[in-house]
Amino acid sequence: MLSLSLNGRPVTLDVPASVSLLQALRGPGGLSGPRFGCGNEQCGSCMVLVDGLPRHACTLPVEAVAGRAVTTVEGLGTPDAPHPLQAAFLAEQAGQCGYCLSGILVSAAALLRRDPDPDEAAIRAALEPHLCRCGSHNRIIRAVQRAAQEARA
Amino acid sequence: MSGFGAALPPADGKPKLPGSLHANRRLSQWLGFSADGRVTIAPGKVELGQGILTTLSQIAADELDVDFARIEVTPAATPDSPDEAVTSGSLSTQDSGGALRHACAAARAIFIEVVAQRTGIPPERIAIVDGTFIGPAGAIGSYWELADQALLETEARPDVQPKAAAARRIAGTSVPRIDLPDKVFGAARFVHDLRLPGMLHARVVRPPARQARLLALRDGALPAGARAVRDGSFLVALAPTEWAAEAAALQLAGWAEWSAEDTLPEAGDLTAWLREAAGRGERSEVIRRGEVVPAAASLRRSFHRPYIAHASVAPSCAVACWQGDTVEVWSHSQGPYNLRADIAKALKTAPDKVLVRHREGAGCYGHNGADDVALDAVLAARAVPGTPVRVLWSRAEELGWSPFSSAMLVDIEATTDAGGRLVGWRSHIVSNGHSSRPGRDPVPTLLAAGMLAEPFPVKPSINPPLAAGGGAPRNGVPLYTIPHLEIDTTRLLEMPIRTSALRGLGATLNVWSIEAMMDELAAAARVDPLDYRLQHLDDARAVAVLQRVAVMCGWRERQKRDGWGLGLGFARYKNTGGYAAVAAEIEARERVFCRRLWIAGDVGEVVNPDGVANQYEGGAIHGTSVALLERVAFDRRRVTSDSWETYPILRFSDVPKVAVELIDRPELPFLGAGEASMAPTIAAIGAAITDALGIRPRALPFTPEQLASAT
Repeated sequence: MLSLSLNGRPVTLDVPASVSLLQALRGPGGLSGPRFGCGNEQCGSCMVLVDGLPRHACTLPVEAVAGRAVTTVEGLGTPDAPHPLQAAFLAEQAGQCGYCLSGILVSAAALLRRDPDPDEAAIRAALEPHLCRCGSHNRIIRAVQRAAQEARA
Repeated sequence: MSGFGAALPPADGKPKLPGSLHANRRLSQWLGFSADGRVTIAPGKVELGQGILTTLSQIAADELDVDFARIEVTPAATPDSPDEAVTSGSLSTQDSGGALRHACAAARAIFIEVVAQRTGIPPERIAIVDGTFIGPAGAIGSYWELADQALLETEARPDVQPKAAAARRIAGTSVPRIDLPDKVFGAARFVHDLRLPGMLHARVVRPPARQARLLALRDGALPAGARAVRDGSFLVALAPTEWAAEAAALQLAGWAEWSAEDTLPEAGDLTAWLREAAGRGERSEVIRRGEVVPAAASLRRSFHRPYIAHASVAPSCAVACWQGDTVEVWSHSQGPYNLRADIAKALKTAPDKVLVRHREGAGCYGHNGADDVALDAVLAARAVPGTPVRVLWSRAEELGWSPFSSAMLVDIEATTDAGGRLVGWRSHIVSNGHSSRPGRDPVPTLLAAGMLAEPFPVKPSINPPLAAGGGAPRNGVPLYTIPHLEIDTTRLLEMPIRTSALRGLGATLNVWSIEAMMDELAAAARVDPLDYRLQHLDDARAVAVLQRVAVMCGWRERQKRDGWGLGLGFARYKNTGGYAAVAAEIEARERVFCRRLWIAGDVGEVVNPDGVANQYEGGAIHGTSVALLERVAFDRRRVTSDSWETYPILRFSDVPKVAVELIDRPELPFLGAGEASMAPTIAAIGAAITDALGIRPRALPFTPEQLASAT
C-alpha cells in the first residue's frame, strides 16, 4: 500500500513498490492521461508533475512518490474548468492524434509556473523531451504562447 | 493514410453513386435521426488523428441543414458499418465525404417528401432550419418528430442533387476538431485506454531474429496468476496486471530456445542488394508515351532511399475477447473489414465469427502494427474464453516489427534538346511492394500468421494498381510535359524485411528524384529552377501553386547567404490528388537544419481549411524528419533501430517554421490532403542543400555521412 496526493486528493494504491508510477496511475489509479510511449524516458508521453516538476512516470518506481504530490493532465483542468493551457490548445487546435498532448501539457504547465513569459526558444527547450509524430509542433508552441499571454493579461 | 483506398469502384452495372455509397447503398447504414434531436452518422472511415470525423460531420450537417453540434459519429465496426475498405490513400473525404454528402441529400429529400405529402405543401416551398421543416406558415415538423428509421431503409437514389457550393454554410469553415477536447483533458479515448471487466494484460515474446522458430520452451514458475500461451513460434505472457505480464514475458524469453539464421541483406550496401534482387524480380511497364525524340544532351542519375519506419508515438495495442466460437476485437486498424477478413483466415473460421470495433490509436501514417497486434490479442485471448485480453506492444516491437516502407532505387535518364528543354525521360524504379495490407490475399498477411504451429506463408508485398496511384511507381511519372516517356518498375520477389504502405508510398523517393533532375537540368540550361518547371507545366493548378509558393518565400528576391539555401519541390499526389508546392530554407552547419517551409496547396473543395492546413503542415514536418534523419538499421538477423535513440525523429528544437496557404476551389471535387506535402518537402530540402553547399545528394537521409559522399 502506498499513499500519495494525486491531482490534489489523497489516494492509496495497492501496488508493489517497484512498479512504475505510470502503470500504477493507469492501473489502480484509474487514469488515462499519462500514456505509455517508450518506457525509456525518450518520448515524454508519460510525463507527470511530481511536486511540480516534470518526471517520466514510465521509469519512476511508484515508491519514489510516496507522500508526494503527483499531478497529471487530468489534474490540470476539466472541460468545465480548463487550465489556460488546455483552453489555448483547443483555441489553436494544437494537435492531430493527440497521444503526445498529456505529457506536453504537464511540461508546459511546469514551464509557465517557472517562467510566465517564456520566449519561443524556452518553449522549444522545455518541450524537447517530447515527441510528436503528427507534426503539430508549431501549433503547440503557439498554444503555449497564447496561454502565457492570456495568463498575464 | 496510404494504400489503395476505394479508388476503383466495382464494375457491378448498378447506377453510379458517389464514393463508398456505390458499394454500400442503404441510407440507414450511413445515418439515423433520433427523437431527442440528434443525428448519428456512421462512416466506415476511421479517425487516425487526421480529423476525418470532424470533416464528415461538417458535410452531413451542411447537407441536412442541422446545427453541427447535433451530429454524433458512431465508430466504425463490423458488421454494421459501411465497408469502406481502408482509411488510406488520402481518399477519405472523396470516398466517405462524397458518400455522406449524397446520402444526406437523399435522406433530406425523402423527409421533405413525407412532410409534403402529409401537409400538402409542395416540397420546393419547404425549408429546413436546424432540422425543423418550415412551410409558408411556419414549422411543420422536424427530423426528430419523424425520426423514422424505416424511411432510411432504402437505397440512395442516384438522381439526388446535393447543395450547390455557394449554399454551404458549415463545409468550408474551420470547425474545431470534435475529438480534440478528449485529448487535452486526458480522457479514455484511445484503444489503449479500454478497460473491460476482468481484463488480462499480455506481452508478446519476440524472437531474436527474423524468421526464427521457437524450438523449445523450458518449464518454470511464472508470477502468480500469469501463464504462457503458445502457438508454434507465437509466444505470449498473460497476467492480471501490466507489470506481471511484463515480468512473465521476461522470464519466458529466458526459457525460450530459438533457431536463428542470417536472413537479412548486408545493410552497408543496400543499393547493391536492390540491384541484385531486381535481377530476380518482376519487371513491368509503368508508362510508354510518345516517340523517341532526337536529343542534344542526356543526364543519367540514380537515387536511393533506405527502409523507413512509421514510428508512431504509441505502440500498437488491441483488446480481444472470445465468446464461444466468436471473437470480438477492439483495434486501431485502418480497415476494420479487411482486418476481419485476415483474422478469420488466420483462425480458419468464417468472417462473421469475428467482430472488429474501431477505437482510436496514435497518429497513423500507413500500415503499421495496428492490424498485427489485433491478431496477437485474438490468439492470446483464445486461451481464456470469456475474458478480455489487452496486448500492448513495446517500443522495440513497434520500431522493430511493424511493416516498413521499402528501401528503393531509381535510375533515371533525361534527354534534352539544344535549348535544354526536356524531350525524353526513361526511368526504372526498384523496390519491394508497398502493400501487404490485410484483406486482399487468400493468405493472411498479419505478423503472427507466419509464426503459428501451422504457419501461413509470408508472401512478398504487392503494389496497388497504377489506376489507384500505384505503389513503388507512385508519382514516378513526371507531371511535367515531356514528349517521350518510358518508365518501368521492378517489384522484388523476396522480402527479407516486411514492407507495406507508409505515407506517400514510392512518392517519397520518386518526387525527390524527379525534382532533383529538374534542378540539375535547369542549372545545365542556365534557367531559374522555378522558370524551368513552369516551362514544362501545362496544368494551370500546378502553375498556380508554384507561383503562389514563390511569392510566399520571396523566390524572385532571394539573396545568397553563406551556409544557407533555398529550394523548391512540387508534386501533385498520385498525379490525380492534392497539389503541393514547397519551398524549404535550410542552414548547413555540422549537420543540415531545415529552418523554414512555405507550402502552397490545392485540394479542390476544402471542407475544413484549418484541418487541411494541419495535414499539410504535419506531412511537411514528417517529410523533414524523413529527409534529415530517418533510416531503419539492421544487422543480418534483426532490425536494430528499435528505440528512439537508434531511430531518431525530428524533435521540437529542430522543427522548421511552416507557412501554409491553400487555393480553395469550392466547385471542384475534394482531392485529399494527408499525403500531398511530404514528398515535395523532401525534394525542397534536397534542393536547398544543393543551393547551400553546391553538392547534389543522391541518397536519403541527408545526414552528414551521406552528404560527404555527394558530389
